[in-house]
Amino acid sequence: MTEPSLLTPVLSANWDEHQPWTLDTYRRDGGYDGLRKALAMHPDEVIQTVKDSGLRGRGGAGFPTGMKWGFIPQNDGKPHYLVVNADESEPGTCKDIPLMYANPHVLIEGVIIASYAIRSGHAFIYVRGEVVPVLRRLHAAVREAYAAGYLGKNVLGSGFDLELTVHAGAGAYICGEETALLDSLEGRRGQPRLRPPFPAVAGLYASPTCVNNVESIASVPPILNKGVEWFRSMGSEKSPGFTLYSLSGHVTRPGQYEAPLGVTLRQLLDLAGGVRAGHRIKFWTPGGSSTPMFTDEHLDVPLDYEGVGAAGSMLGTKALQIFDETVCVVRAVLRWTEFYEHESCGKCTPCREGTYWLTQLLTRLEHGEGTEEDLETLLDVADNILGKSFCALGDGAASPIQSSLKYFRDEYLAHFEHGGCPFDTAASTAWATTAPASTGAGAHS
Amino acid sequence: MSTDLGMPMPPAKPAPPYPPEVRARLEVDAKEVIGRYPQARSALLPLLHLVQAEEGYVTGTGIEFCADILGLTTAEVSAVATFYTMYRRRQGGDFHVGVCTNTLCAVMGGDEIFASLKDHLGIGNKETTADGVVTLEHIECNAACDYAPVVMVNWEFFDDATPQSARELVDDLRAGKDAVPTRGARLCTFRDTSRILAGFPDERPGAVDEGGAGGTASLVGLRIAKGTHTDDAPRSTTVPGSRSATPGGANETPPAPSSHDAPARTAESDPAHPAPPAGNAPDQDGDQAP
Repeated sequence: MTEPSLLTPVLSANWDEHQPWTLDTYRRDGGYDGLRKALAMHPDEVIQTVKDSGLRGRGGAGFPTGMKWGFIPQNDGKPHYLVVNADESEPGTCKDIPLMYANPHVLIEGVIIASYAIRSGHAFIYVRGEVVPVLRRLHAAVREAYAAGYLGKNVLGSGFDLELTVHAGAGAYICGEETALLDSLEGRRGQPRLRPPFPAVAGLYASPTCVNNVESIASVPPILNKGVEWFRSMGSEKSPGFTLYSLSGHVTRPGQYEAPLGVTLRQLLDLAGGVRAGHRIKFWTPGGSSTPMFTDEHLDVPLDYEGVGAAGSMLGTKALQIFDETVCVVRAVLRWTEFYEHESCGKCTPCREGTYWLTQLLTRLEHGEGTEEDLETLLDVADNILGKSFCALGDGAASPIQSSLKYFRDEYLAHFEHGGCPFDTAASTAWATTAPASTGAGAHS
Repeated sequence: MSTDLGMPMPPAKPAPPYPPEVRARLEVDAKEVIGRYPQARSALLPLLHLVQAEEGYVTGTGIEFCADILGLTTAEVSAVATFYTMYRRRQGGDFHVGVCTNTLCAVMGGDEIFASLKDHLGIGNKETTADGVVTLEHIECNAACDYAPVVMVNWEFFDDATPQSARELVDDLRAGKDAVPTRGARLCTFRDTSRILAGFPDERPGAVDEGGAGGTASLVGLRIAKGTHTDDAPRSTTVPGSRSATPGGANETPPAPSSHDAPARTAESDPAHPAPPAGNAPDQDGDQAP
């Protein structure tokens, strides 16, 4: 039995309080104390503190946040920009949206600290457009922060000036890729840029720019406020701290679970009431659809950057999508592939053409009209996308295909042996009865 | 008016300009938007939301306005407007009803909800009901997977939806009744929503505070950690038509438990469970799960 004390709510700690999105509530809980401490330090000290904490990017790649800040050249005479990537769109990922909805001020405090550290006078929060409730709260919180003197000229009398603009996107997954996001923020089609130069050298308006994920920036105020040792008391040496794990799908109690890095899915499932009653786990993603899927043999993999990487996937966004035995893996992968095809920006050929053909092949396979040769073609096309595309969207498209064929090749075969999909889609719905599903067994018999 | 699915006709050139008083009003708004950015072109996405707020979709007139204000060509503006899915290229309904059919929501019932709404409304994807109220579209992952399946109306969350709750929702919208999101404020029209997206505040009193801090799923980990979690409604809404969070927010009474969402032993925790083991047939090649 996993003890509830395993959980470490920090970012989510005040979500059950009265109106946690307001400045009053946030300040009552020590909000903006981290900022005061930061402003009393030299900006380089702030960067060093974040480096010492070992905080790593929560947007998927896990790059050390403090090191990223340190890449911004100083005394270069150019304006610097901080851009928060709040374009949360990776299938399965649902941590930043509830965070900004419940407590936008922790993000704003983090933005001010980060901007102070990298010496940026103008910061942006690029939030996806399709979340109006979050946009409404962010706008209100920014207004409150300006009125309270945390933003604008001479922040808290420190002499530091900062403007913060909340910018709504308009529907494009690719804008979660940092250079596509910058093009979009410049008022262009959101397509990735060639690197180098990296954003730290030539980012927004060709000026040094730091692009950080929402959760990464929101983790900074508690680090400043409570210290590096406190932060490092959680998680592991290489993956220290706490993070939001998002459980979704066929789990009894889906939702946000804030825990130290390195917990296992078995522990989280234990707290979440297990897989939905009457069923067992079949496959799951550790960090969204772009991270190679896992099966029931990976329940004890430590969910930190090293642990998940060693097991052949990526921690990604810690979007733990749980699929039980009623779900057809071919259907799941086809739908993800349709997503990548739809969202491919069209800039590079491997991704633009490859995702199109992957969709054709998978559609044929799901309908039982494929052949065993199609599986080899599928892998061949995926291989021609992976590592050969302009950005990581293409790599993401290859992941579910390669990993599902690794673990469930026979289920693909069962589709053409069966002459179609052997699963009953009704059995996987949230309103399906809890009686053990007899359907779906066809793929395993 | 059921909109046609074909390619939109290219706008007549030049598009008719806005009436002078509209133009004057939009210029004031546009100046405010441009003022938020170090470089004017960054204002293009919000300006496209703004012209969409004016006419309900991005018209040739709107494109020419953006181009004129920013010193761009209409081709440059059109290239951007057609890249992003939230910009409509033809008139739509007052309420955009989006059903998530990305993998997780689809599996949890999003496909059934979308099929049910198509059948119920008698329209297809991206089409609008004859009364001009509802435009239906299947959408991609909207970062609410812990509330799957998810329906969005004008980009406000209707979490833990069912075919029945979704049908009731569109019926209410078409009957002019209030529809209350599970997270977010009372619905406003698609055009009013577009104005918020352009970066202008929602002027309705109390709108920011509506919808609470989140539903059961957002708070479940915190409540378990604090020992305040009550297990009567682990999946917040499997009761058709009920909602996981009411406007009062996180401190509201959770929805009544239903017979089938009570906690129970799972196959995962019970080796003797009759559910078949997940994974592979036993006789396949060696690199598979046991």
